[in-house]
Amino acid sequence: MNQYSKTVTVIKKVRSMRKRRGYLAAGILAALVLALCCAMLMLGSTIYPVKDVIRALLGEQVQGASFAVGTIRLPRMLAGLLAGLAFGIGGAVFQTMLRNPLANPNVIGITAGSSAAAVFCIVILHAGRSVVTLAAIAAGLAAALFIYLLSFRGKSFSIGRMIIVGIAIQAVCHSVILYMMLIARVSDIPAALRWLEGSLNGVQMADLRLLSIAVLVLAPAAIFMSRHLAMLELGDQAAASLGVHIDRTRIVLIVSAVILVAVATSVTGPIAAVAFLSGPIAKRLVGGGMSAILPAGLVGASLVLTADLIGQFAFPVRYPVGIITGIIGAPYLIYLLIRLNRRGEL
Amino acid sequence: MAMAPAHTLAADRIAAGYDGRVILQDISLEIPGNKISVIIGSNACGKSTLLKTLARLIKPVSGTITLDGRPIHSIPSKQLARIVGLLPQSPIVPEGISVADLVGRGRFPHQKLFGGWSKKDYEAVAEAMDMMNITELANANIDELSGGQRQRVWIAMALAQQTDILFLDEPTTFLDITYQVEILDLLTDLNRTFGKTIVMVLHDINLAARYADYMFAMKNGRLVAQGTPSQVITREIVKEVFGLECAVITDPVSASPSVVPIGRHHALHPVSTAMTP
Repeated sequence: MNQYSKTVTVIKKVRSMRKRRGYLAAGILAALVLALCCAMLMLGSTIYPVKDVIRALLGEQVQGASFAVGTIRLPRMLAGLLAGLAFGIGGAVFQTMLRNPLANPNVIGITAGSSAAAVFCIVILHAGRSVVTLAAIAAGLAAALFIYLLSFRGKSFSIGRMIIVGIAIQAVCHSVILYMMLIARVSDIPAALRWLEGSLNGVQMADLRLLSIAVLVLAPAAIFMSRHLAMLELGDQAAASLGVHIDRTRIVLIVSAVILVAVATSVTGPIAAVAFLSGPIAKRLVGGGMSAILPAGLVGASLVLTADLIGQFAFPVRYPVGIITGIIGAPYLIYLLIRLNRRGEL
Repeated sequence: MAMAPAHTLAADRIAAGYDGRVILQDISLEIPGNKISVIIGSNACGKSTLLKTLARLIKPVSGTITLDGRPIHSIPSKQLARIVGLLPQSPIVPEGISVADLVGRGRFPHQKLFGGWSKKDYEAVAEAMDMMNITELANANIDELSGGQRQRVWIAMALAQQTDILFLDEPTTFLDITYQVEILDLLTDLNRTFGKTIVMVLHDINLAARYADYMFAMKNGRLVAQGTPSQVITREIVKEVFGLECAVITDPVSASPSVVPIGRHHALHPVSTAMTP
């Protein structure tokens, strides 16, 4: 016992109370993601019960289920899950580090850069799938670097300038995509269209290799770095005086987030608004007691999987997942712009 | 908290600035150990820049800064952060973080890679919060506090860092006079009880003269005077540093020098130099 033990008890109580709320929210999100994954495997033109799905996944031959689940639904579900995690984590890292919800791969044109490169490869070069994938990743990284360099005046970096430059880059990429669509061969248009709206259609297991490696390596890295990320939230000066290597931390986090988003985009196309919505939703849910990076990934996965289920089954016509997330995302973007403008943070 | 050992922090002919624009020129000084030092000077004279340069947040363009004889930029940043801390003028307030967690961020340089809180961390945070009288705010969100409360939370975070040398950039700005005095009294407690070396930039020259053991006066990026308050706060130096005609009287409370500006109106009679102590 010493003179501070009473205060220590108070602090422990506050921390555990807030942590418990965070873990509860994260647990519920994880359960939701699991349920959505099951639904993705069970639902379709034929509904298979859980028992058949599990047997098919374990490699048993089940009449009909083996093909539908193993070849069509499983890759679709994994693509949604992994891309959702990647978009959610990548987006939240950007937003937290740059302290602005608009500073996001969706808004600042990193995903648009990937799309433009992919459409160019499909329409002009008639390239194969792997070339398209690599071009999308390289263009996402290049767009990020380009935006970063243009955001400097002299040696001072401005987040506001980065957002505006990013929005301009996004507009340029979209006009390039539209131009290429106009001159494209009709047979190339369906493949190119995916890069405009984001879709889980026709994903095969082989397409997921790079994305799974990226998520398995970089998501834990981002979560591991979240303690440093929390220090950057106090501002560069406070973080540096507490012993954080701010430049090193920022570079590692930006590169990880950009790779996550670019690789996910190369598989599913730019699924609108997920990278941008997940962070704020996760933060609201877990409160301030723990890092919201992993929860943001879970929110991302929930959004993608829910939107895909809605897109597949809610309407007489099937819609790609990006259309549904775009419908959710647009009003939120407007709300955010109004709120930031009112607080004078734009 | 244990008594702080005496450290020697010295600058040797440093020049520093931002974006290639040099603000500080040819500054050599030594921070007196276990004392409260205050840097004064008019707006944009480089006070903050000097503070940040001494706390290694800005790398000098030329010259060296040494801590106990070692060049400060050669010391690993976490190790240095256990000896030297700086509270910036306006740290960014993160949303939805509890006061207890925020104060705990001051423990970063003491924590391992995975950052669980040790018993020492809890005790350091508790001690800092008790000292700043913010224990009852432990569960409040930092973005919901008043300016005075928030400033005490930030200082508690800097205290939890448990550095022997603490730099503060205008810790009393935007606070009512009552809170200004409260904060300066608390910092004096820290200095007297634990021997912490405190270096701060203050705007209020009279409070500075009262609370400082040692003062540095700056003008246009250069050091123009240093010494005890009665050596630095003279009619001539105030005129040189601030361009202000004044009389210097003795503070009836603390017997420290106190500046009374003259201005163009209201002077009862031409102020004689005899009033200067």
